[in-house]
Amino acid sequence: MTTVLAATGVFSEQALTALVAGAILAGVPLMFAALGELVSQRAGVLNIGLEGMMLMGAYVGFVAAYHGSSEWLGFGAGLLAGAGVSLLMVLFCVRWGLDQIVTGIAITLTCEGATALIFEAEFAESRPTLGATDKVAIPGLSDLPVAGGKGESNGSIFTQPLVVYLGLALAVLVAWILRRTHMGLNVRAAGDAPGALDAAGVSVFATRSWAVLFAGALAGLGGAFLAIVGAGLFQDTIVGGRGFIAIVLAMLARSRPLWAVVGAMLFGASLSIADWAQVAQINISTDFVFMLPFLLVLFVLVVFGRRAYLPAALALPYERGTR
Amino acid sequence: MTETTAAAELREPPRPREVTGGQAQLGRGGDFFLRSILPLVLALGTGAIILVAIGVDPIQYYKDVYSGGVQFAAWQDSLMRVAPLLLIAVGLIVVFRAGIWNLGIDGQFLLAAAVISGIGSRFEEHLPNTINLLLLFVIAGAVGAAWTIVPALLKARYELNEIITTLMMTFIGINLAQILVKGPFQDSSTTTPQTRAFDFTALLPSIPGTESTSRRWPGVHVGLLVAVAAAFVVWFLMSRTSLGLRLQVLGASMRSARHMGLDVPRLIIVAFLLSGFFVGLAAATEILGVKGYQRADWNPAFGLWVVPLVFLARLHAIGVIPYVVLLSLASIGGDYAAQNAGLTPQFTLLLVGLTLLFMALTEWIARRTAGGSYLPGASYRRHRAEGAG
Repeated sequence: MTTVLAATGVFSEQALTALVAGAILAGVPLMFAALGELVSQRAGVLNIGLEGMMLMGAYVGFVAAYHGSSEWLGFGAGLLAGAGVSLLMVLFCVRWGLDQIVTGIAITLTCEGATALIFEAEFAESRPTLGATDKVAIPGLSDLPVAGGKGESNGSIFTQPLVVYLGLALAVLVAWILRRTHMGLNVRAAGDAPGALDAAGVSVFATRSWAVLFAGALAGLGGAFLAIVGAGLFQDTIVGGRGFIAIVLAMLARSRPLWAVVGAMLFGASLSIADWAQVAQINISTDFVFMLPFLLVLFVLVVFGRRAYLPAALALPYERGTR
Repeated sequence: MTETTAAAELREPPRPREVTGGQAQLGRGGDFFLRSILPLVLALGTGAIILVAIGVDPIQYYKDVYSGGVQFAAWQDSLMRVAPLLLIAVGLIVVFRAGIWNLGIDGQFLLAAAVISGIGSRFEEHLPNTINLLLLFVIAGAVGAAWTIVPALLKARYELNEIITTLMMTFIGINLAQILVKGPFQDSSTTTPQTRAFDFTALLPSIPGTESTSRRWPGVHVGLLVAVAAAFVVWFLMSRTSLGLRLQVLGASMRSARHMGLDVPRLIIVAFLLSGFFVGLAAATEILGVKGYQRADWNPAFGLWVVPLVFLARLHAIGVIPYVVLLSLASIGGDYAAQNAGLTPQFTLLLVGLTLLFMALTEWIARRTAGGSYLPGASYRRHRAEGAG
């Protein structure tokens, strides 16, 4: 009898809903960051500073949401903070053609130091937290079992903060822009053949600068989401390597934004499964579950992928006049 | 830029890009100052401004860094910190000179540490101490090297970008290390997820003369000597042997290496294995010399700290030693100074990041005035372009 109860408990509607909700909660920040990184990589700039930009977005977003008591203020501030940090990348890597990997690592280290420093100086004693975020329940669909999530604390697919839906719409928009519009063609050309883009009379600098700024803004937004919706607080380890995971996701997505979304959600799901297994008292190591997505990807790379596609001019600064 | 026909290759104007750098207009001293000293000065200066801005006396802070990192017995802690950092630096120099990015240091480091702290405390009863320690060093090096095999093979055979694969391997490595520490290597006498601590006498012995009870010196372990020896070995390897030359050719241009008939895939694998081996040794010095056990949540993340130093020293295995000493001092003394000033120890991270930013900046200035570049980026850029061609 007890085993039956345990089984119904674990696979109950509530538990499964929590599983789905957890996957989305963990996946959305990765989705934002990976989406930005993908555009930046497509334009030929490998943005290793993503981790730092997320962290800065998380901090500034949290502070703005806390003082302004509005999550939208937080998201906006996080977005701007991420874009602000990426200005460094624009200046160093796009304008001056300095090494992108060195600059990226420098940005990550500096942001880690800076956010910890300011946070400690400002909130050393109080350690404030934020309340729950408002969610939008899509009429009709939110009444579905498991996927609906109406009335659940973390919602489910059809009950999420508005920013999640906006993010998904943005992913579709980015996919469409990259594939179907002139602007997308410019971005792709900046990564594949910057010389040709320049010859066509489009500024490589401008195209790449906007792409890098976009990446920074989205990374900042992802960080802000982590702090405001995900944790409701800030701590210096909040990003915890997610920036690097997003870089890997963007590279694996092979410049198809919707794949980045799928990858981010898959990764979020594995994080969520770890929690779920703990609740269900299934004896499986959380460390092992965290490893799974990477093992899976490595397996796919070894067996099928072989040559992951990357833009030809990735991490190459463009200098006019050098062939 | 992506045009990579043989004719275009011939038309390329000769540019001074050798690793030692050209000193066209700038004297050797000026060049050294600009590229290797100025970034540090600027970073410390900016750090001081930040300290003033948050209301901390910068002079007192830097004094505390000195006293916390050098005075009394602190210099011994600093020197012991040198051992792992120098070994990691040396490992990075090998791959960077070969134009390869190994960004998976933390995974290699933690996994090697987990394996030796797990099996070491079981061996110690059965083996004489010296043999046990030597064996553990070799095992740590082998584990570190083994963790680079997948990225190495993927790059050598399929030209798969090593930045992605090493980053993924580092995540897998960190988690696997935790699984090992919590699972098979768990110390059964405690509930804390950690390995069984080594017997104190089973740890690395001190360098003779550094131990003194009257002055309260605990002693500096011999891992430091291992690290310094490794630096000399790598310096010799890279500058005096044919393997070193072949690796440097690979780093300068993968295409040239192919034209010269070098076995490029094999060189890539050798470079990766060597770097992983040294990172594994770094883990051994930290576990066998300082920690004596490993907790599951322990991750010093030395990897990113060392990257700037290696560039400041222009990928010179002996030249990097003073920088490593400085960083060790800053990290040991920084903890003390930060505590004194009521700051987070992460402030040191900020200084390291700023150093790297200013280094990129002065590199840009130096390239304009003196030409030449020691960053692997230059070669990396070229071989990416070639790979695409």
